[in-house]
Order: sequence, then structure tokens, then C-alpha cells
Amino acid sequence: MTTVAVKPATMAQALTRALHDAMAADPSVHVMGEDVGTLGGVFRVTDGLAKEFGEDRCTDTPLAEAGILGTAVGMAMYGLRPVVEMQFDAFAYPAFEQLISHVSRMRNRTHGAMPLPITIRVPYGGGIGGVEHHSDSSEAYYMATPGLHVVTPATVADAYGLLRAAIASDDPVVFLEPKRLYWSKDSWNPEHPTDVEPIGRAVVRRPGRSATLITYGPSVPVCLEAAEAARAEGWDLEVVDLRSLVPFDDETVAASVRRTGRAVVVHESGSFGGPGGEIAARVTERCFHHLEAPVLRVAGFDIPYPPPMLERHHLPGVDRILDAVARLQWEAEN
Amino acid sequence: MTVMEQRGAYRPSPPPAWQPRTDPAPLLPDAEPYRVLGTEGAAKCDPALLRRLYAELVRGRRYNAQATALTKQGRLAVYPSSTGQEACEVAAALALQEQDWLFPSYRDTLAAVARGVDPVQALTLLRGDWHTGYDPYAHRVAPLCTPLATQLPHAVGLAHAARLKGDDVVALAMVGDGGTSEGDFHEALNFAAVWQAPVVFLVQNNGFAISVPLAKQTAAPSLAHKAVGYGMPGRLVDGNDAAAVHEVLTDAVRHAREGGGPTLVEAITYRVDAHTNADDATRYRGDAEVDAWRAHDPIALLEHELTERGLLDEDGMRHARDAAETMAADLRERMNQDPVLDPADLFAHVYAEPTPQLREQQALLEAELAAEQGGEHR
Repeated sequence: MTTVAVKPATMAQALTRALHDAMAADPSVHVMGEDVGTLGGVFRVTDGLAKEFGEDRCTDTPLAEAGILGTAVGMAMYGLRPVVEMQFDAFAYPAFEQLISHVSRMRNRTHGAMPLPITIRVPYGGGIGGVEHHSDSSEAYYMATPGLHVVTPATVADAYGLLRAAIASDDPVVFLEPKRLYWSKDSWNPEHPTDVEPIGRAVVRRPGRSATLITYGPSVPVCLEAAEAARAEGWDLEVVDLRSLVPFDDETVAASVRRTGRAVVVHESGSFGGPGGEIAARVTERCFHHLEAPVLRVAGFDIPYPPPMLERHHLPGVDRILDAVARLQWEAEN
Repeated sequence: MTVMEQRGAYRPSPPPAWQPRTDPAPLLPDAEPYRVLGTEGAAKCDPALLRRLYAELVRGRRYNAQATALTKQGRLAVYPSSTGQEACEVAAALALQEQDWLFPSYRDTLAAVARGVDPVQALTLLRGDWHTGYDPYAHRVAPLCTPLATQLPHAVGLAHAARLKGDDVVALAMVGDGGTSEGDFHEALNFAAVWQAPVVFLVQNNGFAISVPLAKQTAAPSLAHKAVGYGMPGRLVDGNDAAAVHEVLTDAVRHAREGGGPTLVEAITYRVDAHTNADDATRYRGDAEVDAWRAHDPIALLEHELTERGLLDEDGMRHARDAAETMAADLRERMNQDPVLDPADLFAHVYAEPTPQLREQQALLEAELAAEQGGEHR
């Protein structure tokens, strides 16, 4: 049925499939960015799209992120549905003025007359041995900008479903792709793609009764691993995968914490001014009388992203997560 | 075996052939700004067009005066005047066809008005009751853009999208001399040229970016020369000569429409008023300079041409002034009415559907408003 990614098993291939299916379903969907055409993207996520849909619909742009997003704004004004690739997290920064001053607020500025259905794909996060400027967790910047949806998948199935939803959305979506999960595989069947996931719903990845790990994107598999390891300590940890940072699913998160009475937020982004502070505050506001301990954060350090040979000390791992769980005032129960 | 190892066998070879990507000569601007009024070329102008330009200039000058007066009465938060630049503002609007798009900056409300936007709606941003007061799709006028040059890539993207769809649409984007220093100016021109997008960039070089003169902004021979670096033609025009600006812009629009790609037009003009009513221009320029430009006023230039050639008499001038007064009176009256504000608008258009978090915040505001009203009744 298609020349593109006939056997998607990795997250990267599911993303390719999502782009392909969105382009096939809607001629207004245009993919654009650096190296997305002939090369298929540095992570090969746009592999084959230019060949199948032509270079007018999968376009190698000049190397200028503000120009890429700025022209995408004009294309969206004219009724197209651009899907923009920012090659790496830190390379998206030149586009911030367009993102913040225009993309996020055009609907608002124009009283709803000029919505901008733009998807901005950003490979983000560390753990791939990238040199400087290739491993940032930039989600807090996007979360702090009203008017953007901020979405990040942690599974192959969600990568497909959430990207389809992002492209279908009439609002701008910052779609953060955990680059160290690009080559992760699961049992997703490409011949029967997942239904399009609604944006804004978290999911319980692993049910548990002792405490809740609230996480997203690249930290989801780490938390699942930590939850398995915690069984040896007698802890039965629940893992909530947020999937969408904006809108935030207070309901699912609060319901989980009310059940378990304890919570740890886990992410690669730094803790000061990072997503964890907002999440901890929201959980505390909603679950105060159910909490047995303060909500803790396990995050990257508040340092510029370290060089690759040191990054393992920076990234939240199983041990740091279990140490935090151990500090959740278990003695109070005895 | 490396080259070093096969010493003797290696024959130096010339680099692969190089040639310029495009001939730069036709892209270069003229040595002098193009002029029509007061030259032999004026005789070739359509009298009806010149009269139309005159009426629009008179109306535009009156609009600028009225908007400035409204700031003094507290009816506008701020007004960046285009007094002295009316020829550029009006010609930009008149050079376009109905299906085309205009991308104005914050100083270009007059261009929006000349394209048909209701003056009250054009001034909504500056009154402060909302950011954009008009539906951009109604007259194909993009929202007034405050961050400098950021609307230029939008114009490129829109024109590119229209061309991909096979539609006959040209975008004209307006920017000032200060804006040409911004990165988005560069990126927009580069994208436009690479894509051969049907766009016209109009730089109004009015001498100042707030207080900073052009000499501190660029070392280029002229702003029009910048076009050559992108591979598009640059045109230099007297920005106070309405007939010349209209002709150059119309040619550039036609060139874009016929598939010739983008053009950069630099119009030499002068910001007669301060940057805004909040600025004090005496801190950075002298009266002599302003007076020299007042002597090269766009309305006076055109009026002189028209009267000299018997195309305009006292009656015609009075008619133009009366029409401008009618517009100003209507604007004054409607701007003196307090705008109707709805706090619910704060939340209505952030997303297609408000997030749960925004619903909570809206409920909080509604409770505050209810308490305020209750307090009034106590």
C-alpha cells in the first residue's frame, strides 16, 4: 500500500508512518525543515516522503529556523497545515520569536479569525551521546508560553497516535520527540495503526499502590524500570505517563496520587523552574489531604547539558528515582 | 596510497568549474532614487490615477493628524505616525489587486485603511481594546505587526502557499529601515528568493529607527543593494513621489505575479513626526533637517504637478479636503465612544477549545467580576 516504512517497529518508523498517513489523508499537510527531503532527516523520520509526495510537500528549506517557522506561519495563514522539523532541541531557539510572538498567539490576537494549525517537531533530550547543543530538554520554555500545546510520546503507538492528533489539531502543537527512544521498539502493528490519541490525556503505564511516579517522554522507560526494581524493596509503584504537558491532565494525575498517597515527578529537564515544580504544586493543591509525604522531584541537575562522557551522572536513573522513593516518609506508616 | 606517497605521480588539477549563480548586474538598483513628478515621465501618468493618489494622500494626512489628536485626548494609547510617508502607505495599498495580501507593520495603519480596513478597526491595537481589530481575511491584510520584520517571513510563506495551490496572489510586506537589521529580514528575503515566491518587500527608509539614524544601522551602499545578495532585484525610489512609488510597486507586483519572483523596493522618505507621541525627536535631530523634508512633501509635490498641468483646481482640492474631513469626523466620533469590552474574550481564543486549566481561571475571573458587581449594589 505504500513505499514508506512498511514495517514500522521503532518509534522513528511510527513517526514516519504518521507523517505519511497524514499527508496521504490531507493534501494541505506540508512537511518542511532542514534535510527533511532528499536525506529523509538526520533521524530519517521523514524518509521517503519527498519521493512519494514531491518536494513541494516535503521541502528542504534554507538553514534558518526562524525562517522555517516564520514561513510556516504564512503557509498556515493561507490554509496549509505545515509540519515543521527543528533538527535538534537547541537548534529550535532561533525560532523562538516566531513561536512566542506569532505562532502561540495569532488565534488570540485575531479574535479567533486566524488559527495556526502548525506542528513543530523537536527531537529533544539526552542519552544519545550527543555533543554540545544536541541534548537539551527544552519543554519548560514551551510550557511557559500560552497558546501552545506541548506533547511528547513515550511509546511507539503513542508516537503515531499523538503525531496524527497534533497534525489534525487546529492549534499549534510543539511535538517533542525523545530522541533516545527513536530506536525503541514495541509490539505496535503498522498495518493496523493506533487510533488517533486525543491530546491532553495522561495514561497509567503501570498500576501500583505504594507511590506514583509522574513522568513523560524519555523518562517513562526509566520509571518503568525503576518500578520493577522497587518490587525488591516491597514498593508497588504506579507510573503515570503524562503524554501531554499542555493541556495538563490534572484528573488522571490527581486520581493516581489520591490512590497511592505519595508522588515523585521524574524528568530530564532541570528542576529549578522546570515542569516538576508546576506538577508538584498542582498535585499538592489537589491531593493535600491524601499525601503522606511531600511531592519530590527527580530531575536533571540545574547545569548546562553536560558533555556526553559525563551525561550519565546528569540524567535521572533508576537509583536516583529509588532514592527519592525511599525518602517518601514510609516510617509514618509504621 | 596517499597523495604524499605517490609524489611525482600526482598532477595538480584545477578546482571544478565555478561560475556566478546569477548575473548581478540586472539586480542592481539605479544610482538615484527613481522619480516621476516634476520629470518628463509625469506626462505618461494616467490623470485619473494621479487624482486618486492625491485624494488618498489628503485623506491619509488628515487620518494621521486625527489619530495623533486622539492620543492627546487619551483615546489612543500610542500612535506611530506616518505623516510625511503617506505616498508609500497609499501606493502600497493601491498597487495590489483585490486577491493580494498586505503585511503591514505597526506604523502602517494608513496602508491598511487605504486597502479598505475600517480606520476604527485599524486603530484597535493602538486604542488597546484588542490586538487586531479587523478580520485579516476580510481585506487580506495581515495583523499589524509590532516585533520588527517578523511579518516578512509570513508574507513569504503565504505567497509560497498560494503559488503551490495555483492561486494568483501576490504578498506585499512593509518594513522600515531599522527592521532591515533584523535576522527575520534576512531570512525572509533569502527564503523568498530561493522559492521564487511572489512577494514584494517595501522598505520605507524614513531615516530613523526611533532615534538611531541609518548610518548606525547599515554600511550598505543603499538598502536596495541588499537585494543583490539574495539574488533578487533591488529598486530605489523617491518615497515622497506618489506616482513613482506607485509605478515601482506596481511593476514589482506584476513581476511577482508573472512568476518573476520577489523584489526589494527601498523608498526614500522621512518620518516628519517623532517615532510616536511618546517620543521626543528634538533629542536626536534638528529643525533644519525636518524643514528640508517638509519642503519635499508628498502632497505638495503631487498637488503642484496636478495644478501645473491643469488636472486639479480649487474645487478639486476642496473636494479632497472635504472627503478627508468627513472621514476624520466619523473617526473622531466613533473613537470617542468607549469600546465595549468583554473579559470573557481573554480566554475565548487562546486555543480552539479552552484547556481545563483555562476554564478554572475563567471561573475565577467570573467570580471576581460577580463580586465586583455585588459590591456596587451594596
